[in-house]
Amino acid sequence: MRRMIEANAWTAGLAVLLVLLLAATKLIQPEFGVSGLDSVARSALPFAFATLAMAVVIISGGIDLSVAAMMAVASVTAAVLMDGATDGQAVVVVLAVLALGAVMGAINGSLIVVTRVPDIVVTLAMLFVWQGVALLILNAPGGAAAPWLRALAVGGVTLPGVPPALTEWIPKALVFLLVAVAVIWLPIRRAKLGLMFHAVGSDALAAFRSGVPVGRTRIAAYAVCGVFAALGGLSVTMSTGIGEPIPGPYLLASVAAAVLGGVVLGGGRGGLVGPILAVFVLRLVRLDLTLLSVDPNVAAIIEGTIMVAVVMFGAVLATRGRHA
Amino acid sequence: MTTIESPMNRVGRLMVDQPLVPLTLILLALIAVLAILNPAILSMFWVSNTLKIAIPLAMLAACQTLTMLTGGIDLSAGTAATIAAYVTATATPLIGAPGAIGIAMCCALAIGAVNGIGVAFARVHPLIMTLGTGLIATGCLLVYQRSVISTGTIYPEVLVWLGTGRTFGLPNGLVLFVPFAALILWAQRRTGFGRLLYAVGSNEAAARLSGVRVWQVHLALYSLSGVIAGLSGLLYLGMVKTASLSLALPLDLPSVAAAVIGGTSIFGGRGGYGGTILGALILTVLTTMLTLMQIPEGGRRILFGLIILLVTALYIRLTDRS
Repeated sequence: MRRMIEANAWTAGLAVLLVLLLAATKLIQPEFGVSGLDSVARSALPFAFATLAMAVVIISGGIDLSVAAMMAVASVTAAVLMDGATDGQAVVVVLAVLALGAVMGAINGSLIVVTRVPDIVVTLAMLFVWQGVALLILNAPGGAAAPWLRALAVGGVTLPGVPPALTEWIPKALVFLLVAVAVIWLPIRRAKLGLMFHAVGSDALAAFRSGVPVGRTRIAAYAVCGVFAALGGLSVTMSTGIGEPIPGPYLLASVAAAVLGGVVLGGGRGGLVGPILAVFVLRLVRLDLTLLSVDPNVAAIIEGTIMVAVVMFGAVLATRGRHA
Repeated sequence: MTTIESPMNRVGRLMVDQPLVPLTLILLALIAVLAILNPAILSMFWVSNTLKIAIPLAMLAACQTLTMLTGGIDLSAGTAATIAAYVTATATPLIGAPGAIGIAMCCALAIGAVNGIGVAFARVHPLIMTLGTGLIATGCLLVYQRSVISTGTIYPEVLVWLGTGRTFGLPNGLVLFVPFAALILWAQRRTGFGRLLYAVGSNEAAARLSGVRVWQVHLALYSLSGVIAGLSGLLYLGMVKTASLSLALPLDLPSVAAAVIGGTSIFGGRGGYGGTILGALILTVLTTMLTLMQIPEGGRRILFGLIILLVTALYIRLTDRS
């Protein structure tokens, strides 16, 4: 019970921090409004999915360094297949890319379980493999995205029958993110699988002795991670309109956001709400630095320092937890 | 001999105990395949060229080997090398070669020291820590680049001589590399620091309980790794004579691969620099072969990734059995 309150306190603290940052943004830039909110949500989308992917594997006691590379594979596959496709075909492409993500994740997970090589080494090796695959599919940025897919993440929500003024301020990108999480994660969380992720993450041996199929649970966690990574890749294609074969800076950012969101490195603790809030906190910090007209390269240094500090802090906490 | 060993077991033991023997055989086999593919390629010039290309790789792989002995890794090595090279090239017109090289090495040392602090005190996983410092350092390099964009670049004579010159048909880089390799090989087996690396890598808790100050080992190790990366960056600068912002980054992955192929365990406690040198040579010959067969960059990355995975899995199998 106490732990639950503590966990929720962390998430609530993040939410307060987010509101404070939003207020600060408004102070710095009085014109910051609906369109600003929209662009923040859109730019945060790939980061959010990368973080969700990372959070799921960390919760189940692993880590996946190949998240950014898998996103690149998903992004180029979608862009190449969608180039010149009709709307109907594009829907099939989206589903195929999600399936591809699950397969890539499952390959990562199976390799970890079968070869018994630690996750960090396997996913490091697979990072290079997926990078290579992305480059083989598309050598330079290119391809196209279906217009309806691009429209999914741009602008505000309009519902038929509801006055637009009521809903227009909600960015579609945010709704897209929440719907994706609700469709993929909620059923897993409510089912036995979610419990098994946490069980394997907190103590694999204990989980094994209580009859949890540890290997299969791990593979499932990596497959879910792959699906989120595929969504991340899709959102890159959605916002830029092209496929991007060189992985973006999502690896460290996703680990940092997951740790800041209350997911403990080493596994077993945390949810997905905290990491999502953490992504927006980190993106708003970046936005504020830009609005304060800090040199973008200096902003990158500050951002990197914050992320490393967060991960360091999380590692210290994790070590303390193990000793206690 | 009371137990009958299966051939697989015997090969396994050989690979674990004497990795240099099978590695040399692999290298010779690759050269033989290359000779069959293109008989005209084998010449003194080719040998010298292969050595020249392999030297910076082998030096950068020294960072990976030493950190991997303690169970770590240094993914900022490529960035440290790039920064050292870039700073040297752009600062030479302003303050002369010795000063520029000095500043460049200080930058590389600083990156290593930050890694060391993170790993030693905050206990961050080295992989994440070095990735993070790499990112921050790249940001710093971009800021630096804007401030010096007009000064132009000069490549110090010494580095060009080391990087591209030849004496008696052999690359001059060996003048730097042979003492360097000898020093590392001597240090890893015969000095207290070298043995501490193995001790921390085999069993950190046991090492700590026997009085080793593990944080000192980590701090010294990652600082050393930064310095080595800086050195290899300087050598690479002399070789390619271009100061770009992503100079040594393509060497990051091969340097990890070279150490892994050379039999250094990524979990720590086993391996050594001798194997890594052979690993770097094997990778260089392999790259030549892939270029001859016109495999695109993507295919090369896939292959390198799979090699790391396969070799690590193989070593785990072999050490489990013996």
